[in-house]
Amino acid sequence: MGKSFNAVISCLGAALACGAFLCAAPAGANPMPFDMAQAAPGDFVRVGACDEATAANLDGIANIGFIVGHDGVAVIDPGGSLADGNRLRATIQADTTLPIRYVIMTHAHPDHVFGGAAFLPDHPVYVGHWRLPAALANRATYDHARLAGLLGAARTGMPVAPTLLVHDTLALDLGGRILRLRAFPPAHTDTDLAVLDTGSGTLWAGDLLFVGRVPALDGSVTGWLRALAVLGAMPASRAIPGHGPAIVPWPAGAADEKRYLEALVKDIRADLAAGEPIDKIAATAGTSERQLWALFDSYNGHNVIVATKELQWE
Amino acid sequence: MGMSRHLPAYAVITAAVLLALPHARAEESEAARAARWHDVAAAIFNGKPITENNAVLQLDAPPRAMDSALVPISITIRPDAKVVALTVVIDDNPAPVAAKFQFGPLADPHALKTRVRVDQYTLIHAVAELQDGSLVSTSRFIKAAGGCSAPGGTDQTEALARIGRMKMRLTSPAAPGEPMTADLLISHPNFNGMQMNPVTRLYTPARYVQNVSVTEGGRTIFMMQGDISLSEDPAITFDFRPAGTAPLDVQVNDSAKASFHQSFSISSRPS
Repeated sequence: MGKSFNAVISCLGAALACGAFLCAAPAGANPMPFDMAQAAPGDFVRVGACDEATAANLDGIANIGFIVGHDGVAVIDPGGSLADGNRLRATIQADTTLPIRYVIMTHAHPDHVFGGAAFLPDHPVYVGHWRLPAALANRATYDHARLAGLLGAARTGMPVAPTLLVHDTLALDLGGRILRLRAFPPAHTDTDLAVLDTGSGTLWAGDLLFVGRVPALDGSVTGWLRALAVLGAMPASRAIPGHGPAIVPWPAGAADEKRYLEALVKDIRADLAAGEPIDKIAATAGTSERQLWALFDSYNGHNVIVATKELQWE
Repeated sequence: MGMSRHLPAYAVITAAVLLALPHARAEESEAARAARWHDVAAAIFNGKPITENNAVLQLDAPPRAMDSALVPISITIRPDAKVVALTVVIDDNPAPVAAKFQFGPLADPHALKTRVRVDQYTLIHAVAELQDGSLVSTSRFIKAAGGCSAPGGTDQTEALARIGRMKMRLTSPAAPGEPMTADLLISHPNFNGMQMNPVTRLYTPARYVQNVSVTEGGRTIFMMQGDISLSEDPAITFDFRPAGTAPLDVQVNDSAKASFHQSFSISSRPS
């Protein structure tokens, strides 16, 4: 409990720090590099603002970053907008002259993929879950309109569809540094991909891991719990969450999220068995977790409805 | 059924305009929303006058949707009002008519719940047709976005494997002869034509629940005409006065001409 509370504080702290930093950033042709956290040797993370997308944060609300191998660089999530992606690219260019070989997308949500076009000049291979091309095609127009309304069309950009698709697992070599990618059945979304950097024993969990910020469910709650079990068995000592601090111990860092998802399942099953209507379930399930997560009220009701759609057929 | 005859063309025109401008209407004025309702209502009800009357019927919906693809709405109608039909209209959806219910002799049509998709900020109207043929309405403004055009992570294969499965939950009447409440849940993806198949990357053609009829011993409780604005896995909570102990028969037909039937026993319920 004390740990969860600390996570909320650190999430909010990161939002304040990033907010001030981004406000000072110019929007022009020379994107300002990010102040990166080194999560592990060769693993660099930009901690996202613990907030919704705004013009000030350029939708830079997710943890994004890159891995530097001997021969090249892999980007893991190109950012929440073209402007966000341009800043990540400038950060990489300031750090290394190695080529950007891969842009790996952990799932279809806009805060992770809209920076994709920033890396087109580098001609990387775009990598994603086998369902990602369809998911992006389905969502991109809608997501673009919503983001452009906040940031303006020029800063928003569009995601780039992956051409290297992961059906189950895939290994990428950055030169003596192997990345093991794994695609999951529906969990956080239906396009989740996790990356294990075997060079440092670091798991890039994408949005399969939220720390401090309340998880957002857009796939399958039982699938997400199964994915956590798979991730927990991976040979990693630390993990980089899609939202939260730059690094958490692994698998201990998943404890809060697992508890939250299990609470949702337990509450919803009990309400369904009692014949409660869905609006009542959405107002009450999971609320024992309210004090433990940032942005709880913005997402919990949605999570409950998505989970209820699934659990009502058990 | 004048409604079903002219709806498709109307729906297509609206869809084209709305998809091009997903948020243009989000902040529009009350006057613009009233004008929109005027046009929509005229098209659906053939220009018949509609009187707003919040004393006769009420519509409950969350002011801000938690999930725009599944917005629970609840309609209550004054017990002494003689209602023969009820239409749910989501003014700014690509297909505004979500459902039309026609009540039969066993209905107790004074409370009804269902779940709808809401594509953008809109008024939702409930319009009741009374026994004398007059139309009364009530409305709610709801903030939601993307319920039709930004689908979530539904696995289409799984949804199709379960298609037509039904669940019903019956609550006991307060006293013998009093109305009972039934929660009906129908497994159906209700594809609205805006979702892409991840394998073929083609848009999945619209396939949605078109008709639901619920009867007891051959006597009608209600018949519903649905459309793409009903949520995936359509859910209807309704009240009825059981005529006897015959099971409830549910018949569902979809736009792909598939039909599904299931019977639910009411006789074993304690009274």
